[in-house]
Amino acid sequence: MDLGNQAAIKGLAEKFGTENLVVVLGMPGEGVRLAAETLMTGDPSWAGPLAGVSLGLPVFHILEEKVRIKVPRDIYAEKLEMMEMVLDLPRIEGDLAEVRGGN
Amino acid sequence: MNPELRAAANVLVHVPDLVRYGSKCFREIAVQGDSFSRALSKRLRTFDEAVSYPPNQAFIGNIPPERLREVLQPWHAHPAGGASARGAFGEILNQKTFYALLEAADLFGLLAFERPPQADLGSHPAPLLKSALPPKTFGGEDILRLVDSEEALPLYQGDALIGCAKRDHETDESLGARILLENLAAKASGAYVLRNLLEGAGTEPDELEYVISCSEEAVGDRYNRGGGNLAKAIAEMAGCANAAGTDVKSFCAAPVVALVHGAALIQAGVVRNVAVVGGGSLAKLGMKAHRHLESDMPVLEDVLGSVAFLLVAGGGDGPRVNLEIAGRHTAGKPSTPQGLAEVLVRDPLARAGRRICEIDKYAVELHDPGVTVPAGAGNVPQTNYRTLAALAVMAGEIGREDIVSFVEERGMPGFAPTQGHVPAGVPYLGHALVGMRKGVLRSTMVVAKGSLFLGRMSQNSDGASVVIET
Amino acid sequence: MFEGKKVIVLGERDGVPGPAIAECVEAAGGEVVFQKTECFV
Repeated sequence: MDLGNQAAIKGLAEKFGTENLVVVLGMPGEGVRLAAETLMTGDPSWAGPLAGVSLGLPVFHILEEKVRIKVPRDIYAEKLEMMEMVLDLPRIEGDLAEVRGGN
Repeated sequence: MNPELRAAANVLVHVPDLVRYGSKCFREIAVQGDSFSRALSKRLRTFDEAVSYPPNQAFIGNIPPERLREVLQPWHAHPAGGASARGAFGEILNQKTFYALLEAADLFGLLAFERPPQADLGSHPAPLLKSALPPKTFGGEDILRLVDSEEALPLYQGDALIGCAKRDHETDESLGARILLENLAAKASGAYVLRNLLEGAGTEPDELEYVISCSEEAVGDRYNRGGGNLAKAIAEMAGCANAAGTDVKSFCAAPVVALVHGAALIQAGVVRNVAVVGGGSLAKLGMKAHRHLESDMPVLEDVLGSVAFLLVAGGGDGPRVNLEIAGRHTAGKPSTPQGLAEVLVRDPLARAGRRICEIDKYAVELHDPGVTVPAGAGNVPQTNYRTLAALAVMAGEIGREDIVSFVEERGMPGFAPTQGHVPAGVPYLGHALVGMRKGVLRSTMVVAKGSLFLGRMSQNSDGASVVIET
Repeated sequence: MFEGKKVIVLGERDGVPGPAIAECVEAAGGEVVFQKTECFV
């Protein structure tokens, strides 16, 4: 995750409190696990502002089934529908489930 | 006037001792110091390793990109046997030669060398570009003092300090040492690939009428940071005395935008030929090295990539740039992959009465997955191709079950270095020309995107596309 | 999921970019307080 974004999100967590925040991701399959880990348990590469900082933020992906069903049909069709065929949805769902600890 | 694509040239420059000046590595060294420098130097590749890296052989035209599917992964562990640094439409230069090119590009005494850098090209009688100025003094400046006072960046060949790259102003950041070195690197590699292109096409430098640069650097000073026209500097260095020039900028979409603009100039009869040139990006060297080192991989981002394409007013036989099928991303269109694919591929084809499946090969962003996947940045060409396949599904041309075969048939593995604009579809053009001249390829569509949002002036991306066909 | 929460959107150029996620989230009733698109190449 971009180090500037790590710093900004850390700042938002301090400002609003992690209990009031939710993260929604949009990367293709490969980047999801790293982003989720960074925001939940800390930067696994120990490189950025979230190194060793466990924010415990709730992290979702916009294409996860439980998220995308909440988007109105017309917006969904325009913005998201095609990406269902492009991105590796099983991997996204699987990686997030693992990082959440089998939630 | 029909704009014809006459020639392509893809050149790599292996510069292991400049990786430290890539943006990410430079910052990592500033934070971590010697430990990162040492880790980096332990995993730098030799010239032969860079030459025999299979994607680099595909880049210079010695193997078709599709052949990479048969090479075991990781590619860096399965070098191409008997690989040559000369390619069918390109070559791989070594660092010593590049220092000589940098010196030839330096018209303002920005570089100081102990001794004149000598090109190392073996028996290859390449066009070496000599500076037009009188010979410089070498060994006259106190390189150690310049480096210690932070007025200059040290330049190494292995462990030997051979020179330095100086700032040209105490306070103007646009004339700082690293910015000037980046600009010189783009100029020098751009001029070399341009000469390589013209030689391969049998065109004399003074026959060229126009150069468009799609390089990434902002050339300027503090009052005019992006003043530009690196194209003209490249033309001048390459000996193209009759060429005017201009820079086209759109982040990584620039090469295809430049092709369209160049072809349009020819079609309108303004000039009879145009060279589109993309010089290498020093800033992107070692961009993912910190991730590669974690996986005990070699530093693969040790090459500058440069590309050049010759467009001419053709007689009608050769592969033509079809400006009737050229996509442009407009300011109001969403910058989702879907929105971009619609406006760059579906719509221009549809306006010409053509279908997505009528194009033989799509050339999308061709970043080497051997570099990007281990670094967590995904497989960019694959995602691009799957997006086009999904577009074909939405257009009713294929079924969802055909996505994989669409990608296989109309796509290719990525093989270009992660040099920003360089992978933007255009590295395929040399291969396309080979295929078209053999009669096995009729059409290709080059599709490029640019992340304008990185410059913080727009939330949008940009994109450009064009069909080249016989 | 979004009720009463502030939403941080982190999109990606080749996946779903930030502005698109933000539109979807807002249409689903969320309040977006941060939105960025990442590009790794």
